[in-house]
Amino acid sequence: MSQLSTPTLLILGASSDVGRAIAHQYARHGYQIILAGRHPEEMEKSANDLRIRYRTEATAVYFDALDTSSHKDFYQSLESRPEGVVSVIGLLGDQDKGFEDFDHAEQIVTTNFTALISILNLVANDFKQRGSGFIIGVSSVAGERGRQSNFLYGSAKAGFTAYLSGLRNALYTHNIHVMTVNPGFIHTSMTEGMDLPGALTLEPEDVARDIYRAQQKKRNICYTGWYWRWIMLIIRTIPESVFKRLSL
Amino acid sequence: MMKLNGWGNFPIIDAELTSLECFQKTPSGQYNRVIPRGMGRSYGDSSLSQTVVSTLRHNRLLEFDEQAGRIKLESGVVLSDLLEVIVPRGWFMPATPGTRYVTLGGMVASDVHGKNHHCDGSFGRHIERLTLLTADGQQLECSPEKNTQLFHATIGGMGLTGIIMDLTFRLLPIKTAYIRQESIRVNNIHEAMEVFEASAEWTYSVAWIDCLAKGDMLGRSIIMRGEHATPDELNATQVQQPLYLTPKKQRSVPFHFPGFALNHWSIKAFNALYYRKVPAGSSREVVDYNTFFYPLDTLLHWNRIYGKAGFVQYQFVLPRETSKTAMPAILEHIAHAGTGSFLAVLKLFGKEDKGYLSFPREGYTLALDFPATSATFTLLDQLDELVHQAQGRVYLTKDSRLQSRWMQAGYEQLPIFQKIKYSHDKAGLFRSLQSDRLQITDSPLPTNKENPS
Repeated sequence: MSQLSTPTLLILGASSDVGRAIAHQYARHGYQIILAGRHPEEMEKSANDLRIRYRTEATAVYFDALDTSSHKDFYQSLESRPEGVVSVIGLLGDQDKGFEDFDHAEQIVTTNFTALISILNLVANDFKQRGSGFIIGVSSVAGERGRQSNFLYGSAKAGFTAYLSGLRNALYTHNIHVMTVNPGFIHTSMTEGMDLPGALTLEPEDVARDIYRAQQKKRNICYTGWYWRWIMLIIRTIPESVFKRLSL
Repeated sequence: MMKLNGWGNFPIIDAELTSLECFQKTPSGQYNRVIPRGMGRSYGDSSLSQTVVSTLRHNRLLEFDEQAGRIKLESGVVLSDLLEVIVPRGWFMPATPGTRYVTLGGMVASDVHGKNHHCDGSFGRHIERLTLLTADGQQLECSPEKNTQLFHATIGGMGLTGIIMDLTFRLLPIKTAYIRQESIRVNNIHEAMEVFEASAEWTYSVAWIDCLAKGDMLGRSIIMRGEHATPDELNATQVQQPLYLTPKKQRSVPFHFPGFALNHWSIKAFNALYYRKVPAGSSREVVDYNTFFYPLDTLLHWNRIYGKAGFVQYQFVLPRETSKTAMPAILEHIAHAGTGSFLAVLKLFGKEDKGYLSFPREGYTLALDFPATSATFTLLDQLDELVHQAQGRVYLTKDSRLQSRWMQAGYEQLPIFQKIKYSHDKAGLFRSLQSDRLQITDSPLPTNKENPS
């Protein structure tokens, strides 16, 4: 396959279940894939899997979101410049622990928010120069309203959602599309053991398919599990005087 | 905790389901009774235990030598996904069960057989090596040369030796995605056996058999024989892209049928119609591989036809020497009981392979299914005795109710299996409801360390 005709997708956080599913979805549609994350050996296996199944190019690159000083070198040393970047990076963390221990709180906020600003700023500036590209940020419905059960995670995601919204606005005139993804519940290793409502819980493959379709249609905000748009609309409209009394 | 069951919807139990990734991260000692599970297509209680470890996310293709036709993959790869990769590149499975919705790991654990067993043996024969995660957390490479006994215990070992992590096996080269099929209608079991004996040269052979026909028509059958089609045997449309099939729309059984839907009369009518579908004598056609190998897969959730009470499958094999007399006798017993089987399949197996608990051995095998009723269980208890008298054995992958004495008698190499299993799993971590029921594993000790979670 020629380098020119085949677009490349860079996946940040590629060893997660959703990251893997997105890789399959885009590889199936002819993309070359760069898997970036912290588990090179595992990702090398995944890259091999993509090469075998879809006969596409797939590579695995070490990337540590928290090591922001490495981001510039990481991005510049990529073999091929991506046409699209998707961030699936996220850390749910432990709300109670983070409430007591600031180090953990900081880890949650950095992973879900500030570290992503570092890498996506680099990507955005590169795309701006090239005058094309798309950026997909996987945020969360948890970012739409702070709840006592996960507001450290939620507030960081809220920051990320606002960042993506601003980025979309800033890059619009440069022909660069930015999409915010708000997934609801997903069956992944992050949520394993949690008691999730079956009917509202998606598989990573469903999420990846929704993301691909929404990106192809240049949607701005994509809820995976369409019903979450309406659930969150209700949750956002509950008056704060009532909301503060709820155990959510 | 969640409700889990096998494909037959019987039995249903409460179990803890965990992913392989999570199981590996959890310190040993957390679990008491563990069994791996792929697609859950074994019919009874083979993949049920206190803790069930799902391999479904452990599903990458690791190496594929397209020239030599050798593939290495993780155990949770589903056969239907694999076929989509290998068939367009001119390769097929060396042995395949009657459904695509199984994992490769499950195919090893059941040592599945296909319509070519008389030529090519069961799936285990084609495996070059596998990696096994044992009870002490080690990953052991097993092959016919290395950890040989553990290899032969794992093939057909029902997941009781540990969790298969990956496997490497050889594929079969094909020129087209089609099968040249010949159907022969025969009047009774004796004629069916004669056709099987005369079909040794055919790669694939299997018979659908009417279990309700009696007298001179006892065991009337339609025998299907097949060969991989060559391009010159295809029609003008097929030959354009001989290795590609256009996707077909799948139908599904949307809900459990009421219990009375399958009864003596509806099954009898179905069987009579099916028998007449093939004209007297024989007929030939070229069909795609899905139609030939996986006819039931076109109807998703077909197990719901039997209703909420579920159903049981029963498959046994008789040695060649006793088949001639015992098979007609058993058929007669089934026909007179009148509980009738919707799908009954007859096949002649070839030489036995080396898996200690592998089901296939040389001789005739018959597979039946029945609704899970008390009449069925009575009938099956009687069949167990007849099978035992004819020195046969029952397939564990389909079983949910066999008594341990019959299992112990049918599988002569069970003591060797147990010795090897316990040398790698002293505490008896890997066990299923079935292995306890059949006393393949020791019956569970009274525990004082029930899982704290």
